[in-house]
Amino acid sequence: MRNFWNTALRDLGKIGVAYILITVGVWLVFMIIIPQLIMFDYSLRPMLPLRDIGGPKDVWTLKNYMVFFSNRLHMAIFFKTIWSSIIVTLTALAICYPIAFYLAKVARGAKVGLLMLGLIIPYWINELLRLFAWQIILADMGILNQLLIFLGIIADPINFRMGNGAVILGMTYAYILFMVFPIYNVMESLDKNQLDAARDLGASWLRIHYKIVMPHAKPGIAVGCTMTFMLAAGTVAAPQLLGSPSSFWFTQVINTNFECANWNLGAAYATLLMLLCVVFMFIMLKLFKVGLKELTQ
Amino acid sequence: MKSASIFRIVIGLYLVLFFAYMFLPLIFMTIIAFNANDIPQITPWKGFTLMWFGELAKDDQMWSALWNSFIVAFSVVAISVPIGLGGALLLTRLQFKARNFLYGVLVSPILTPGIILGISTFLFWDSYLNIPGGLWTAILGQSTFISSYCMLLIMSRAQRFDLTQEEAAFDLGATHRQVFWKITLPFLKPALISSMALAFMQSFDNYNTTLFAIGVEQTLPIYIGTKLRSFISPAMNALAVIFIILTVIGAVVYEVRRRREIIKAGVKITPKPAAQVIRM
Amino acid sequence: MGQDVELLDVSMRFGEVYAARDINVHIQAGEFFSFLGPSGCGKTTLLRLISGFMDPSEGQIKIGGKDMRKIGSNSRPTAMIFQNLALFPLMTVEENIGFGLEVRHVPKAKRIKKVEELIELVDLYGTGDRMVSELSGGQKQRVAIARALAVNPAVLLLDEPLSALDLRLRNHMRAELRNIQRRTEVTFVYITHDQTEALTMSDRVGVMSIGKLEQVAESDVIYNTPETAFVASFVGESNIIQGDIISIDGDYALLKTACGSFFCKNPQHMAKGEPATIFIRPETVFLAKDPTAENGLACRTKTISFEGAYAVVTLTTEQDQLFTMRLNNDGSVPKLQEGEHIKVRFSRENAFVLKNGGTPIA
Repeated sequence: MRNFWNTALRDLGKIGVAYILITVGVWLVFMIIIPQLIMFDYSLRPMLPLRDIGGPKDVWTLKNYMVFFSNRLHMAIFFKTIWSSIIVTLTALAICYPIAFYLAKVARGAKVGLLMLGLIIPYWINELLRLFAWQIILADMGILNQLLIFLGIIADPINFRMGNGAVILGMTYAYILFMVFPIYNVMESLDKNQLDAARDLGASWLRIHYKIVMPHAKPGIAVGCTMTFMLAAGTVAAPQLLGSPSSFWFTQVINTNFECANWNLGAAYATLLMLLCVVFMFIMLKLFKVGLKELTQ
Repeated sequence: MKSASIFRIVIGLYLVLFFAYMFLPLIFMTIIAFNANDIPQITPWKGFTLMWFGELAKDDQMWSALWNSFIVAFSVVAISVPIGLGGALLLTRLQFKARNFLYGVLVSPILTPGIILGISTFLFWDSYLNIPGGLWTAILGQSTFISSYCMLLIMSRAQRFDLTQEEAAFDLGATHRQVFWKITLPFLKPALISSMALAFMQSFDNYNTTLFAIGVEQTLPIYIGTKLRSFISPAMNALAVIFIILTVIGAVVYEVRRRREIIKAGVKITPKPAAQVIRM
Repeated sequence: MGQDVELLDVSMRFGEVYAARDINVHIQAGEFFSFLGPSGCGKTTLLRLISGFMDPSEGQIKIGGKDMRKIGSNSRPTAMIFQNLALFPLMTVEENIGFGLEVRHVPKAKRIKKVEELIELVDLYGTGDRMVSELSGGQKQRVAIARALAVNPAVLLLDEPLSALDLRLRNHMRAELRNIQRRTEVTFVYITHDQTEALTMSDRVGVMSIGKLEQVAESDVIYNTPETAFVASFVGESNIIQGDIISIDGDYALLKTACGSFFCKNPQHMAKGEPATIFIRPETVFLAKDPTAENGLACRTKTISFEGAYAVVTLTTEQDQLFTMRLNNDGSVPKLQEGEHIKVRFSRENAFVLKNGGTPIA
């Protein structure tokens, strides 16, 4: 231990060590750890009027969690959120895998840069505005409906916002980048010669992908899926703009709780969301046999 | 041979569809901004107009939200970059047993859903410490995870630093402060600058965390969110168009600069650098 | 002006492992001293201890008579030339050289003048404002030297500075370094695994095996009278025969081996009955005029390799012991045939018996 401090002081000097300790310390303690603990603490306390706080009624209890487990609607919403997020993840994966592969292995030189730019530019525009674009397209008198009526496919406008469809579509749109890039990064490191060799030996493209590309891309796929799922499950914007009461998202439930100033309940639900994300991440790690280090690009 | 050309057609079609999917919404948005129709639609087209831009300019709420966004963004940069630097130095220069664990903890804010960061920050400061939520809590909530991004960016540069340079500088008589300012910092400068840019953009754009952390105040994304949920007006399209124009200008400038630098260095053009700057 | 460096019972321990053990040496002021040894023998560790990057686990280091414990590398009168040179890539040649003066707040005019002097000393005319990345290997070397000399060190430490250069440049730089040392009279502490380098450049050489200082002496002494088996086998070529000492005769010993018994010098004062190894340099072996003289070997020539100024002849004895002989091409020796039976011998003055063990790894 003393050796550690000696080397630290020798390499970085007193001010350097102090700077590091203060910045990381404040960050770690006051921004990462304590707020989380406070939130967890709140989740365990019942909602009390101001005067009762600190008094005898202010005890640790699992009551807030029980509210969740006894509320059928909320539980339904929770699982629907999970299910929809999975759909978003899979959809994004299906769409992005070919794109990533194309960018990494098939396209050449300047084309790649241009396509990249084409991918990135939409993302510099605020998420909300992009979702707004879909809002317009999918509205009752929106572009899509008008087009379909014009083509005679339907007579009355479809309410796209009923059900999860719009939300899922919007989310997929919003998070494509997070799926493309991890997979692209991993695929880039795949030696193209392997593919050529396999082709040369007569393997079909399907086989090549299944046996060579996908195993190599596993970490990238894992990262992409994890990020997409967590973003989907944890976002408020898309459900707010594109959803309807029937597609209520779990995050919106949390939001409602907060708007009603029931912070304790909100905190409990938020903790549940947090647990969900952690569990999902561990499942992904186990499924893809990837280490935590590789998860951080 | 035939299968190869079918293959090519399929790929081409796929790409066209994909990029249509990405860009059409934006194109529609832009067209609508100039439509003199009260309802944001392409048809019926009621004539070309710039009035929505005017309406946007008259919206005081928008200006105050924009102002707040800038305050928050600059503050976040001022907090996140130094913290990211501290974290990067800690993890790259010092060896200790819990290093990997600490790395995981410091990177965890990136993996945590934004709303949870917002909620926990808000609860801590507003409810627990009784400091009312607002720009301050938004700044802290955002900085929690933006510092992680900055740290990662700076770390990747710091790891390539040749430490013998510092030893040589010491050997020649420099103090710690001199070594830092004359040797280490100049090396890290590119990473520091890109993390400042990244921090600014991420902060300016942030919705999820800010929504829960900010209490009753508004930054631009919050303003947009509120507006979009209530009364929809093409003024929002006008705002979108401004965003799009700025983005395209920014992208073009960035790409031109990058190509110029690469031509100077005489290296083949790779798209990687552009990709690294963009993370939400 | 150079100062002397003393290492007194210096040991350096990393956890359980000793990188250097019980090192005792007194490097004189103004001397060109080399530490010679195989990779991993601890010579870099010694350099880092002298320069102040670490303090020894045990023992004392004194420079100019002053104890250096706890004094950091930026306060010691030493300057180091690193193996990878560690030039500052974001600075020009002038800025690199002037760095030591800049951090000492030397006024600009004085600094510029000193930098110019040094550029002249190391022969780097016209490169002052170039970035170091634009220079050749030899030029970078000289920048490193100039940069170190700029701070007027009492001791200059050089960590295998020439190992990355090609042969021609290396020879040139060896001469240059020697010149610079003589002119500035700075104490040079040089480490290398190349024995030619160490032996030709230095006033004295310290040979190191793993963590241990085996012998400290002038080059010719090291070569001609090695004191341990390690030194004898690491420095130069040797013929090696193992055997047991059967008698002692003053400074000499008689060693009985499978190929016969030989008289040799006994520098380690070994005793009768001890197992030992005898070392004989190839160039001290010659054709025996008198077949009955002492230290004779009957053998058969195996290969004869003519290498210009001399010929290298390998011989085998009846017991399949290999022997190497080096004969000068001065016409005094009749031409030998391969497979010829001859008798060779060597003088007892040129052979050493030393304790077993300590052979270097490579």
